[in-house]
Amino acid sequence: MGEAIAFYFIAACILGFAVLVVTTKDTVHSVLFLVLDFLFVAALYVLLGAQFLAAIQILVYAGGIVVLYLFVVMLVNLKRPPEAHSDPRRKTQWGFALSVAVLVELAIVATREYVRPAPALAAASAALPVSGNTEEVGWLLYTSYLIPFEIASMLLLVAMIGAIILAKREL
Amino acid sequence: MIDQFVIPLLKILIVLNATLVAVTYMVLLERKVIAWAQSRLGPMRVGPYGILQPVADAVKLMIKEDITPVKADRWVFTAAPIISMVPALIVYAVIPFGPTVSLFGRQVNLYVTDINVGLLYIVSVASVGVYGIILAGYASNSKYPLLASLRASAQLISYEVAVTLTLVSVILMSGSLSMVSIVRAQESGHVWYAFAQPLAFVIFFIGGLAETNRAPFDMPEAEQELTGGFHTEYSGMRFALFFLAEYANMIVVSSVATTLFLGGWLRPFPNVAALAFLDFIPAWTWFLIKSFVFLYIFIWVRATLPRYRYDQLMRLGWKVLIPLAIANLVVTGIVKVVFL
Repeated sequence: MGEAIAFYFIAACILGFAVLVVTTKDTVHSVLFLVLDFLFVAALYVLLGAQFLAAIQILVYAGGIVVLYLFVVMLVNLKRPPEAHSDPRRKTQWGFALSVAVLVELAIVATREYVRPAPALAAASAALPVSGNTEEVGWLLYTSYLIPFEIASMLLLVAMIGAIILAKREL
Repeated sequence: MIDQFVIPLLKILIVLNATLVAVTYMVLLERKVIAWAQSRLGPMRVGPYGILQPVADAVKLMIKEDITPVKADRWVFTAAPIISMVPALIVYAVIPFGPTVSLFGRQVNLYVTDINVGLLYIVSVASVGVYGIILAGYASNSKYPLLASLRASAQLISYEVAVTLTLVSVILMSGSLSMVSIVRAQESGHVWYAFAQPLAFVIFFIGGLAETNRAPFDMPEAEQELTGGFHTEYSGMRFALFFLAEYANMIVVSSVATTLFLGGWLRPFPNVAALAFLDFIPAWTWFLIKSFVFLYIFIWVRATLPRYRYDQLMRLGWKVLIPLAIANLVVTGIVKVVFL
């Protein structure tokens, strides 16, 4: 009961702040709502018993990436009138189509049995040779999900090299 | 009921109040120590040897006029001091001040909680604290605070990388992220990590100075060039909150350094039976003594070293400390795999 109340409260906050992020006029305020949104997502992870993911969520998103967003937003002049933002070539209908596609995809994933029920998860975690949230995540990353993990790190490395090359054309 | 609600609430109350009192007296200690370093007396008027100076300061700051600049971003301007104070305080939830003791016939842990991701929690909460500084500079709508806050946040982000890398080598040694387990690992490993990881210890301390915006890295509040820094436009209690947050962060860094590198609440040589007579001193006293040494060194460094120039500070962070921390991490990993 208490867990359900907490879930619906957090979910409502996440959605509310997400709406505020896209509707607020002031860009800095919108970035701040994004931070609040990420903090509530971390709270959701805590509710699900994934403390490691929650800490990483705050460290990487709330504490890292959004600080960089804030830098960029503060450094470019944002006191422009709102009509300067509207782009005549903007393809609104494509945006709608993409959003609908993602929504449908999420609905399919949620209704099919891809979502593992809680007992199965508990059984899976009991089968691991380590205990503790961090240890289990580490174990799974380096055994069952080693290849996706390595691919993700390769992607990040490629992005990093790309950024360096873009910033420093003549090395 | 008592174990679930009353005792944790009491602990939170005690830790918060003790921290706030410690913070106000840190200010007095700093003024005194710097005065002695410069052959002055320091505060002497309020109470014997100025012992009541923090009370006078607190009253003064509370009754000062609270000014919000007309062109300030009102909401963010109000929120910024709070955002910098709260992370500095909630970090204390996972810092272990002592082991489990029996008090009035009840087993009480001398820490608020011990979570599986303790160290990660500290790092992530501390990374949120940077918003206080950025937003204070932005919301003031004034050029010096903005410049100071940009400097401060760039500095914090840079040194955070080096500090986090040293933490990883400590985690490799202890095999756990929980603060209590890290202290236990130092007990069973027969070594304080300051001796097993001297390089990490030094980098952590330098990074700690930079992350708390202390001299010689007190760029963000360089009085001569920035007229006071990101809190120029703040007055009264809101200014005091920034001040308190800085000192609370100093205590956090000292406590974390004590836990990770100096064996937390353990007495010196915890496994040598001949020194068992030292056990008459309670464990939490050892913790406080060790943290106090760090705090004293913080002040001592401020009284001794001149301020870095901004480019020197960035060069030190990115070209010296981060490569050293990475090298230390790699060597630790190799040693751990090959020899242990």
